[in-house]
Amino acid sequence: MEQEASVKIERVTGVVPGEIDLRGRRRLSESVIQAITYLCGGISIFTTTAIVIVLFREAWLFFGSPEVDIGEFFGTTTWQPETGRFGIWPLMTATMITSLIALLVAVPLGLGAAVYLSEYATPRSRGYLKPILEILAGVPTVVYGYFALTFVTPFILQNLFGKENVEIYNMLSAGLTMGIMILPLVASMSEDALSAVPRSLREGSYGLGATRLETAARVVVPAALSGIFAAVIVAMSRAVGETMIVALASGAGPKFTFNPFQAAETMTGHIARISGGDISYASIQYTSIFSIALVLFFVTLLLNLISGWVVRRFREVYE
Amino acid sequence: MSAESGQPAGRSIGYLPEGNAISKNIAGRRIRGAVWRILFLSSLIIGIVALATLLYTIVDDAFGYIVVQTKVDPDTLADRPLAELSKEELTEILRANISSGLFRRFDRDEPFSERSKESVLALVEERVVGREVVAVYKLTESLLDRERIEAETREKYPRAELEFHSWINREFLSRPMSSIPILAGVGNAILGSLWVIVITMLLAVPVGVFGAIYLEEYASDNWYYRLVETNINNLAGVPSIIYGILGLAIFVRALEPFTSGAMFGVTDSNGRTIISAGFTMALLILPLIIINAREAIRAVPQSLRQASYGLGATRWQTISNHVLPNALPGILTGTILGMSRAIGETAPLIVIGASTFIVFSPDSIFDKFTVIPIQIYNWTSQPGAQFRSIAAAAIIVLLTTLLTLNATAILLRNRFQRSY
Repeated sequence: MEQEASVKIERVTGVVPGEIDLRGRRRLSESVIQAITYLCGGISIFTTTAIVIVLFREAWLFFGSPEVDIGEFFGTTTWQPETGRFGIWPLMTATMITSLIALLVAVPLGLGAAVYLSEYATPRSRGYLKPILEILAGVPTVVYGYFALTFVTPFILQNLFGKENVEIYNMLSAGLTMGIMILPLVASMSEDALSAVPRSLREGSYGLGATRLETAARVVVPAALSGIFAAVIVAMSRAVGETMIVALASGAGPKFTFNPFQAAETMTGHIARISGGDISYASIQYTSIFSIALVLFFVTLLLNLISGWVVRRFREVYE
Repeated sequence: MSAESGQPAGRSIGYLPEGNAISKNIAGRRIRGAVWRILFLSSLIIGIVALATLLYTIVDDAFGYIVVQTKVDPDTLADRPLAELSKEELTEILRANISSGLFRRFDRDEPFSERSKESVLALVEERVVGREVVAVYKLTESLLDRERIEAETREKYPRAELEFHSWINREFLSRPMSSIPILAGVGNAILGSLWVIVITMLLAVPVGVFGAIYLEEYASDNWYYRLVETNINNLAGVPSIIYGILGLAIFVRALEPFTSGAMFGVTDSNGRTIISAGFTMALLILPLIIINAREAIRAVPQSLRQASYGLGATRWQTISNHVLPNALPGILTGTILGMSRAIGETAPLIVIGASTFIVFSPDSIFDKFTVIPIQIYNWTSQPGAQFRSIAAAAIIVLLTTLLTLNATAILLRNRFQRSY
């Protein structure tokens, strides 16, 4: 090694200084590659722009057609494309009810799991438990849809509440299953937030004589609250946008109802069902799914923006 | 912080219990602690139970007794098992046993000289043997309640045979779609999934990695950088069905001459093709790949870059010779995760219009297609226990693939993880 190095040095010193130009040069290939990376980064801008343009354009056509009136769209509670009645509320309420049920399942359970993992579990048991949550998170949503329809509805809900009370397709089973689906998301995001709370805070609390529960509930969780809140909002946005579970388990047909035992189609479920058939591009049904998608896009975008803002605004920063 | 969070006065503020009171106080707090600990643990256990129940439901549906009736006993058709016969012999059996009109119609759909042996065999089984499943039992009852099932079968279907059937088997993996559950398979759905994934990854990985390189290596903190970054973070949260809508409007409809292959001389297709699906899926997983690749690139220590610059390397030489090789395991892990996301994703492909009933295997990017998750969706939404069973079998195929992929990703991460 030593010898090789000295040989090389001799070679370099053998060159008369002044013959090589050490100033930086513009290299064409470098600039080309840099430009390519610029463009690749820009694909994301293209995607967002394309989504917004496509949604607005088709929704514009939809609201411009004679059958549709924007006041009726946001003000009435019947969605019947066949008879030209387009009130988005039945789809909205179904989305809200299934998402709410999902959150009622996922937030307490996810938070409990996160507290256990970060405050109670030994590193070894965490090594066993976390992969299970990761598997749960990796199961495709269509599989959860199958689970909701073939297990949750017949074996849990209809046994519990009676076959005559629970329809085969119902919002409750879709919501419950969706809750199980987003549980790992809430758990892992909250656990990240909890683990980011410095050890010194916990030690301080223990030093004052607090129990593990008191430390967790009064010191660690409040300190990580912004992260937990962000997790809840991301979970909400995930629930609102989830398609396959509700398409399979929540029913096919918009219905304005607040009874979770009944079938009602959500916004995503409606889009999936209508676009799944062969619809003509000229029909009002085609443009109507874009108007629903536009509402959906803005709801989820808003939720994601709020979550990002909460994290930035309320994050507790520790040295 | 804890002092303000609503501690009732008298328990620990300004008052220290003494004697018996202090031990009571401590005992109470310990009990509360133990109870809540159990509650926290049970929320994890509920998750685990849900996962176990999910897997149990799938396995329960995918295996079990079936009651089979046949129109003709297959042993009377030939002296050997049907699967061992040649294509010509099978064609003869078919000709002898179905009406000539029907035979001609099959020949017109796809000439027998061009059909594969498997497709003729499938026709013989469907049309001649006519195996019909008249009852299906789940795995649990098959194991625990055999006597009852046998008695029921003798009573209701005296001619039929009771046999233990694994809905997932080799034929299921290779056979094409069929409207009769026991003859249906995921063969062309697997091929369709493969085609879509290959195109998705070919598009998304280079673009994603280059995008990440821009964000981590080239970008200065200007408006373009901030715009790209905000967009990527927001796109990661857009519901997948919106990507489907985007794909429907742009790739299926606006770019139909390209995606249907009309520009390249393919005539019998519309824009609902593999290439449209590939493009849509690529846009969908792009944010995921960029975010993971960024993290991997960021983990490469600055000292490596500086050493490279110090030796006179240019920026791209530094990136391609030092940053990327060191970030490769991380990028691969992210890629595999993106891939498993794309394999399991269903909603956008439904919107794009993946056909559910496809009897041929796709062989170009301008073909119609179906994928495994779409099959699961389709079969689950059909009434009847047999469709539920094949849905369960298809789910096993899907989950096995995904588990293998994710295990590979974890192994890669552990094997090549380096700390600097």
